[in-house]
Amino acid sequence: MGQIIQYIESYLGSNQTPGAAGNMFWVLVYIMLVFAGLSVAVIAMNWLERKILAHMQVRLGPMRVGPHGLMQPIADAIKLLLKEDIMPAEADGLIFWVAPFVVVLAAFTTFVVVPFGPTHAITDMNIGILFMLGVSSLSVLGIVMAGWASNSHYPLIGALRSSAQMVSYEVAMGLAVVSAVLMTSLNAEGTGTLSMIGIVKAQFDQGEWFIFKFFPLGLVAFFIFAVAMVAETNRAPFDLAEAESELTAGFHTEYSGFRWSLFFLAEYSAMIAVSSIAVTLWLGGWLRPFPNLLSGSTWELIFSLFPGVTSLFFAAMCFFNVVRMPKHPLFKIQTMGLAGFGVVLGLIGLVLLVPGIRDRVGDIFWFSAKVAGFMYLYIWYRGTFPRYRFDQLMRMGWKVLLPMGLGVLILTAGIALLQEKIWHP
Amino acid sequence: MAPVATPFFFYLLSGIMLIGGILVITRKNPVHSALALIVTLLAQASIYLMLYAPFVAGVQIILYAGGIMVLFLFVIMLVNIDRSMQERQFNSQWVVGLVAATALGGLFIAVFTKGKDIFPEHALPIVESDNTQQIAMRLYGQYMFAFEIASLLLLVAIIGAVVMAKKRI
Repeated sequence: MGQIIQYIESYLGSNQTPGAAGNMFWVLVYIMLVFAGLSVAVIAMNWLERKILAHMQVRLGPMRVGPHGLMQPIADAIKLLLKEDIMPAEADGLIFWVAPFVVVLAAFTTFVVVPFGPTHAITDMNIGILFMLGVSSLSVLGIVMAGWASNSHYPLIGALRSSAQMVSYEVAMGLAVVSAVLMTSLNAEGTGTLSMIGIVKAQFDQGEWFIFKFFPLGLVAFFIFAVAMVAETNRAPFDLAEAESELTAGFHTEYSGFRWSLFFLAEYSAMIAVSSIAVTLWLGGWLRPFPNLLSGSTWELIFSLFPGVTSLFFAAMCFFNVVRMPKHPLFKIQTMGLAGFGVVLGLIGLVLLVPGIRDRVGDIFWFSAKVAGFMYLYIWYRGTFPRYRFDQLMRMGWKVLLPMGLGVLILTAGIALLQEKIWHP
Repeated sequence: MAPVATPFFFYLLSGIMLIGGILVITRKNPVHSALALIVTLLAQASIYLMLYAPFVAGVQIILYAGGIMVLFLFVIMLVNIDRSMQERQFNSQWVVGLVAATALGGLFIAVFTKGKDIFPEHALPIVESDNTQQIAMRLYGQYMFAFEIASLLLLVAIIGAVVMAKKRI
């Protein structure tokens, strides 16, 4: 017993990720934390997407289940779990059964290397970014399997479109990633890194996020990635694989109930995964704004108050809406629920202000805040852009993004070489 | 860090690869064959990982499992599978197959029994922590010429494919 406690405590003093320290207990704890956090994020995204889309279209969105529809995702989940699980009669049973799991596994496994902080990652790999791209590219296999095994026309066309689209945009995406990886090699040793933590540390050492590096090259590479990542996750305006006006629901038309919800879960976790790649490569990962310029204990203190204050702000919003609630007796339970939610958020905010805790959650907060920005962009795109036609999509991928990616890569390499040879001989 | 390259994992992954490989050639349905091939390729990537070559493993997953096999499936899905499953398979070259299998099996047995004399004894130092950097140094330093020739060959293949596929460029 004592040995076990010693084994658990032995990690606490180290400044490594649990995977690098080789401590199985903390690896399992981190995996469970990431999994739980991801599930909560997907549930929150479900609610936020419906609410934000509704407000963009001057509607109210879900309002009935819980205050402002806050319990709607839970109601949806219960509905999905209770639905009849249908398998088409002529479907290929085994592949139909395996496909959702392949998609979910591919989406979740990528989070093994996502760096939420210098030590807050499950593990750090020498091939971090390569691992993320590789494993997330496996999800297209699940989509193709689902589309083919359904033995139906719409899913098959959806799967064909999806695989063509993902294979095309992977090329442009890879080129954009390579130009960012190239920027990590601009240090004294001249060796770059593919490790996710190493990439963020390189941005800290060079004193700028890679989106501003060699302006506008970093920005253009980021733009290519930002377009390609929307196409990779099959989201609007590139959601041709599930274009409901043409293909009912695309590759998951024949899926229902729990299997369908697995596809839903995978889609949203894949969105979070590619956003994490973008944040890590170009937006400084877990780094807070101006870590070099505004350093010193005063600025540290000010920036460490952000997580708690943000949570308290949301709590204040809740209480503001408690006051605005209709005073009808039927709304009594909803008003109380909203007040209770506000109290929970406020308590979380107060906990995050405790000195010992606020120093440790800062990096997780900044990383999540940046990813949340991308999540909002996804919803915004869906609310504003019309869907591309398939030939337009292919022309965009091969004739615009790919040459742009190649040009950015060559220019980045050229400037890096010049900087090394001329400015710092 | 404790080594993960234990014999248990080697036998497990080799078993998966063997079963996958056998399924590839015995399944009548080409989609099932392709999926079995993906399983084989993923197990192979894991074996690379076990040999402390993470970069090769990552490239194997991206290129073969994520890229090439998707294109395989893409083409297979467009084929009328119901008809092709009723056709006779062209696997009647069992004499050639037997000779090839015996020769390869004999080679494996010979290496397994006499391998100690053939291969050098010392183990390579484990360079997992900077594996990618080492490969980059070799590829773009020592073997630059070979690397460029391979790239040129691939470029010619790409252009050739485009020229053959498109009537009007």
